[in-house]
Amino acid sequence: MLEIKNLHAELEEDSDVKILRGVDLKVGAGEVHAIMGPNGSGKSTLSYVLSGRDGYEVTEGSATLEGHDLLDMEPEERAAAGLFLAFQYPVEIPGVGNMTFMRTALNAQRKARGQEELSAGDFLKIVRAKAKDLQIDADMLKRPVNTGFSGGEKKRNEILQMALLEPKMCVLDETDSGLDVDAMKLVSDGVNALRDAGRGFLVITHYQRLLNHIKPDVVHIMSEGRIIRTGGPELALEVEEQGYGHILEAV
Amino acid sequence: MAALDTTADVREGVDRETVETVRSMSGTYKHGWETDIEMEFAPKGLNEDIIRLISDKNGEPEWMLEWRLDAYRRWLTMEEPDWALLEIPPIPYQEQYYYAKPASMTEKPKSLDDVDPKLLETYEKLGIPLKEQMLLAGVEGAEVSNDRKVAVDAVFDSVSLGTTFKDELAKAGVIFCSISEAVQKYPELVKKYLGSVVPQNDNFFAALNSAVFSDGSFVYVPAGVRCPMELSTYFRINAENTGQFERTLIIAEKGAHVSYLEGCTAPKRDTHQLHAAVVEIVVLEDAEVKYSTVQNWYPGDEDGVGGIYNFVTKRADCREARAKVMWTQVETGSAITWKYPSCILRGDDTQGEFYSIAITNNHQQADTGTKMIHLGKNSKSRIVSKGISAGFAQNTYRGLVTMHPKATNSRNYTQCDSLLIGDRCGAHTVPYIEVKNASSRVEHEATTSKVDDDQLFYCRSRGMDEEEAVALVVNGFCREVLQELPMEFAMEAQALVAISLEGSVG
Repeated sequence: MLEIKNLHAELEEDSDVKILRGVDLKVGAGEVHAIMGPNGSGKSTLSYVLSGRDGYEVTEGSATLEGHDLLDMEPEERAAAGLFLAFQYPVEIPGVGNMTFMRTALNAQRKARGQEELSAGDFLKIVRAKAKDLQIDADMLKRPVNTGFSGGEKKRNEILQMALLEPKMCVLDETDSGLDVDAMKLVSDGVNALRDAGRGFLVITHYQRLLNHIKPDVVHIMSEGRIIRTGGPELALEVEEQGYGHILEAV
Repeated sequence: MAALDTTADVREGVDRETVETVRSMSGTYKHGWETDIEMEFAPKGLNEDIIRLISDKNGEPEWMLEWRLDAYRRWLTMEEPDWALLEIPPIPYQEQYYYAKPASMTEKPKSLDDVDPKLLETYEKLGIPLKEQMLLAGVEGAEVSNDRKVAVDAVFDSVSLGTTFKDELAKAGVIFCSISEAVQKYPELVKKYLGSVVPQNDNFFAALNSAVFSDGSFVYVPAGVRCPMELSTYFRINAENTGQFERTLIIAEKGAHVSYLEGCTAPKRDTHQLHAAVVEIVVLEDAEVKYSTVQNWYPGDEDGVGGIYNFVTKRADCREARAKVMWTQVETGSAITWKYPSCILRGDDTQGEFYSIAITNNHQQADTGTKMIHLGKNSKSRIVSKGISAGFAQNTYRGLVTMHPKATNSRNYTQCDSLLIGDRCGAHTVPYIEVKNASSRVEHEATTSKVDDDQLFYCRSRGMDEEEAVALVVNGFCREVLQELPMEFAMEAQALVAISLEGSVG
């Protein structure tokens, strides 16, 4: 599904700041991988580089989705190819109804893939059903995108978009940050409901607690722009018990 | 017409080459084609003879001619206003045609059936099927109720082509016709109200318009009548080097209601064309007028070549108690826009509202806003202005709110938001506030922001391309104004926002 090889990236405006220093990672269809690591290790940058955010220069390496070169595509082409990023800080767009936003996005992707655009009526049926599954009330669909949403509402809105756009590869950037226990459970349930044999997940998190709800198949530890250790779910527990310092020392 | 046979000055129909050049120009302005029709022009330039000719062509009575000549003489003593934040190149007033008319209209058509089909095609291309309006409304059947019908008056260069739904409106007692027809059929109404809101010598461009206006729309809604449908006028400048000077007069008698929409387009040309219109609205006791504009005159190309100079005077007079007027404008076109739709809140408890979206891209310049003149007690006004600037464009909101000593307990709320796209454009806000009594209150809020890269990236990461993303964010920014437009035109306006900003990013 997702294959990252020897990926190097630096800040566009300051080439001395090298953030990714050779990331290797392979996520297969149906697998859930977690990336953990201390602050500043390059976890979020990896998600931005994969999704095509401005401000980073890839100097070496490759990233492909089902064999297609992601780094060669515009952000919207990556989305249409099946990549989805759930933002750590979802962006507010005042005046734009959440529903309009999602319909524009879905139809843009459908158009890019040569599929027919959905009518307002058909879209409404789909989005209502998905919202119901995620226990999102209709009011949130009508409000402007993320504007005045609570932290939990913003993250649930990300998961709703994910459910609606049905991506092949989902990258979740610190989705647990700013969530209380109940919200975390709701969000995790939403993610778990989307797990399926054809879909890959990359869950970026600082804390192990999210991984109690979203059980990963593989856990990676990232430090200084590289993946320094890979293991099973037990690796996350090791972090929880002994902290990152212990693991970093051991490498 | 003997006066037109002075060979050298008479223009032939638009020549082939121009038509083809225009057609081959690929660009983003959707209405940039022209219609190949035989035109009849008055000689170039402006003098008393031309005004006599225009008056004669319209078959006007003597008083109308005198009124025009009076305006012309005043105009000669006036100067172009220079206080706006606009760079206006010198306008060669003597190089313009002040009257152009499709030759097939020399004999005034009795009905739309007599109109040159090519003209009708032009309006169809613009999405305004004159004859089909009613049929369409009928075909769509049950869902389309009576109040979804829109009566259209179409003005092509200087001449009104015809008005739809006249009979149905007449049943309700509403008069909706061209102003030249009104001068002949309803001279008392025209005499009473013409120039009563915007006097001939109000300003340079209004004086010019008063002298040379050739057509425009006239609306009269009698006391207690709620106009049964939206009224709308479409203006189209087609002929080259021709100014368009339409004059609109709307009168809402006691307790009357009417909603009116105007739309404007023009072909692409590399020369500038002058448009100086005047709109006067008289609102009497308890009456309500809603006036919406979608202005999409040709804005010029990416390098600022060509485009319409749009100098417009629009004013509503809430003459009696509880009269209400609402201006909504979406200004996306024109190379230069100079326009301040205003409200005179003369009666007690009157209300004026102004909602505006002004979009400037490339080298466009806009200096637009409103005047709220509070004269009556307890009068209220509200201003919501959204200015969007991209490319090298300059966009200015200029507004005057004045509370006279007698306008006690009056209120104004003003909100001006500017949005910048890119780093070479400008946004300016110039509010003038005068309060001459102690019990009135004026509030002014203003913001300036840039289209946020994070917002664009968020949209793009969900699959929208950059232009779609900009259009979405800008439409969100304008939402408070867009929702004030009549339903039928809100969608059109949204699409127009997107088209106007094409090429503004990346």
